[in-house]
Amino acid sequence: MEKSSKISALYERAIRERWIGKGFLALIAVLAVGYIGFNAKESPSLFFQQLINGLQIGFVYALVALGYTMVYGIVRLINFAHGDVFMVGAFISFFAIDRFELHIWPSKVFPAIHPNLSLLIGTLTTILMTMVFCALMAMTIERFAYKPLRTAPRISALITAIGVSFFLEYFGALPFVFTPNFITYKGPFPTTSWYIKGGIYKLESGVAPPDGSVIFSNILIIIVVTSLILLSILQFIVRRTKIGKAMRATAFDKPTARLMGINVDGVISVTFAIGAALAGAGGILYATAYRQVVFLMGIMPGLKAFISAVLGGIGSIPGALVGALILGQAEVLSAGYISTPMRDAVAFTILILVLLVRPTGIFGEPEREKA
Amino acid sequence: MSKKLFTLMSLVIVAAMLLSSCQGAGGGKIKIAILAPLSGAVSTFGVSTRDGAILAFEEWNAKGGVLGKQIEWVVEDSQCEADPGVNAANKVIDQDGVKFIVGEVCSKASIPISEIAEAKGVVQISPTSTNVNVTLKGDGSTKAYVFRACFIDPFQGLVGAKFALSNLNAKTAFIMLDQGNDYVRGLAENFEKSFVDGGGTIVGKETYTSTDTDFSAILAKVAEAKPDVVYLPDYYNIVNLVTAQAKEKGITAPFLGGDGWDSADLDRAAADGGYFTNHYTEQDTRPIVQDWLKRYGEKYKDDQGNPKVPDALATLAYDAANLLVAAIKEAGSDDPAKVKDALAKIKWDGVSGTITFDAQHNPIKSAVILQVKDGKVNYVATVAP
Repeated sequence: MEKSSKISALYERAIRERWIGKGFLALIAVLAVGYIGFNAKESPSLFFQQLINGLQIGFVYALVALGYTMVYGIVRLINFAHGDVFMVGAFISFFAIDRFELHIWPSKVFPAIHPNLSLLIGTLTTILMTMVFCALMAMTIERFAYKPLRTAPRISALITAIGVSFFLEYFGALPFVFTPNFITYKGPFPTTSWYIKGGIYKLESGVAPPDGSVIFSNILIIIVVTSLILLSILQFIVRRTKIGKAMRATAFDKPTARLMGINVDGVISVTFAIGAALAGAGGILYATAYRQVVFLMGIMPGLKAFISAVLGGIGSIPGALVGALILGQAEVLSAGYISTPMRDAVAFTILILVLLVRPTGIFGEPEREKA
Repeated sequence: MSKKLFTLMSLVIVAAMLLSSCQGAGGGKIKIAILAPLSGAVSTFGVSTRDGAILAFEEWNAKGGVLGKQIEWVVEDSQCEADPGVNAANKVIDQDGVKFIVGEVCSKASIPISEIAEAKGVVQISPTSTNVNVTLKGDGSTKAYVFRACFIDPFQGLVGAKFALSNLNAKTAFIMLDQGNDYVRGLAENFEKSFVDGGGTIVGKETYTSTDTDFSAILAKVAEAKPDVVYLPDYYNIVNLVTAQAKEKGITAPFLGGDGWDSADLDRAAADGGYFTNHYTEQDTRPIVQDWLKRYGEKYKDDQGNPKVPDALATLAYDAANLLVAAIKEAGSDDPAKVKDALAKIKWDGVSGTITFDAQHNPIKSAVILQVKDGKVNYVATVAP
């Protein structure tokens, strides 16, 4: 009797202090680092190639993860329709480029303009237009689907978010909207690749690069640069502007913020808009990298971005970036060194482990119950 | 009163039906049913199948029929579904007295129809159903009365391997496959076996899932392994993703696939230089194919009055119908039991290749290799197994 209660007390303490989870995590980490290290020594170029591949996917996840994290930080809602906003963004840019050639509009208006300058301005216009469209769409969704549920239990809003997600997917699948087909996405510009081997050289099409070289493409550069610019703008808005201050105040304590004269509903609307704009930009970058759009394309990246947000600490903006970059590497390295079907298993295992060991994520603050 | 009238009318109708069917069976004719989906989502498949089979029967009739009898065909819409297929099969067998069936197009209709054909001793030949269970019973034995005119999916792996070894002179191959897709796995397994048997080496084999969009990790390994050919027997949507990313990674080895590539939505710029196996192409230069194109185009015109080009469905239906009539001629009788034995031993020069049947009633015949080049899909070779 005495002994069994002692064991159960020990067991409870292990659960409380999350020893099991931590021990398991440490074991897996040691094994993974050892295994990858061993393989990296075998072929360093393949290892660096995989790191670059992971960087590309990580930055796209980061853009989507920011929308999750911002919305969660302010309204405590996991917006599952976010991945579908990403899909809509990809389709909007597809129509803009494929049907209206928006990516080269300056050449049409001013024929004398240099083609590259025209492409640059046109592509920026396409990205901006998509972001604005996604922002307006998210504001509409927020107004009609989420706002009426502001005071309802959180689970109601969550279920509504899932409903909105299905609505966007299957409305998109209608034959007169996006159609259910896999559509080839041409993208605004062709892909150019370079290889690194004692210098950086352009990779000519149809020519194999020399052994042991690491390849990267203009898509990688564009994804990284665009993501960094958008993240800096976001950080500036949240930290240095009035609306950013209002957002932080609303996130901290909604009723008090309202008492202080902050238009809380307006702030929430703007938060949805910014998150959706980033997701729309992510959709363009993703489609440009993988050259295909289809109505279900948002589900997996949406879930992965959600995992990134949880890993980084949901509600934390730098956390979303760090979480996404870690997840990108974890995915590509598990695909590269274990097997591709393991990629998703590893991603979701990370989610479970984070929830077990440190539910607040890397940058998250432990949530305080507000009176 | 009205109930009596109804009974009386029903009796009259039944009697009329019986009489008419007696007349049909008694004439100097051989009745063959064509079961095809003439309505619904795949109605174009059904129309092509019907047109191809009817052309074959008309040509036999023009030459004096078979065994001195004219061929009479009965067309039923089996809708590419199990229940309408079963109803159509029962109708043609019980009511029209048909002993031979060409059809169905879809496996999910052909399988239930084959159960009926086998039970009632009616010879069935499906032009295009690729599921193994069309000709096999649940216990793995062959249905004696059921045949097909198309090769089954895994067979393309064998032809692909042969093409890679002898035409591309490949020594090494890398296989990419979706483990969750039976079609892909069947092709990949057969490719691997045939490629190794033919003296080639598999330098890598990687699996992915159908929801993947990022193939960079696998392609980095392909680039590292430097194979002579990459075998990717998946559908066009995956092929589009993989080949576009392969170009970015500087992979120059040609990709090789199966008929899953055969789609208007294949990204021909990305898949440029790739090859795939298929049942048939109208670009085939063999005289038998060119002659078939001419005869089909003379009989069937499109809305603008231009000659129609027969697709794979029309061609395979034509071959299936011809195989059936040739077997009746070979057997010297229209007794289905004798015809099925003749069909199992037949050797027939069809448009889609010289056809013989294996023990499971699947045809052994050549396949065509097509290449994606400069935005077009071109005929490259015909490869015999």
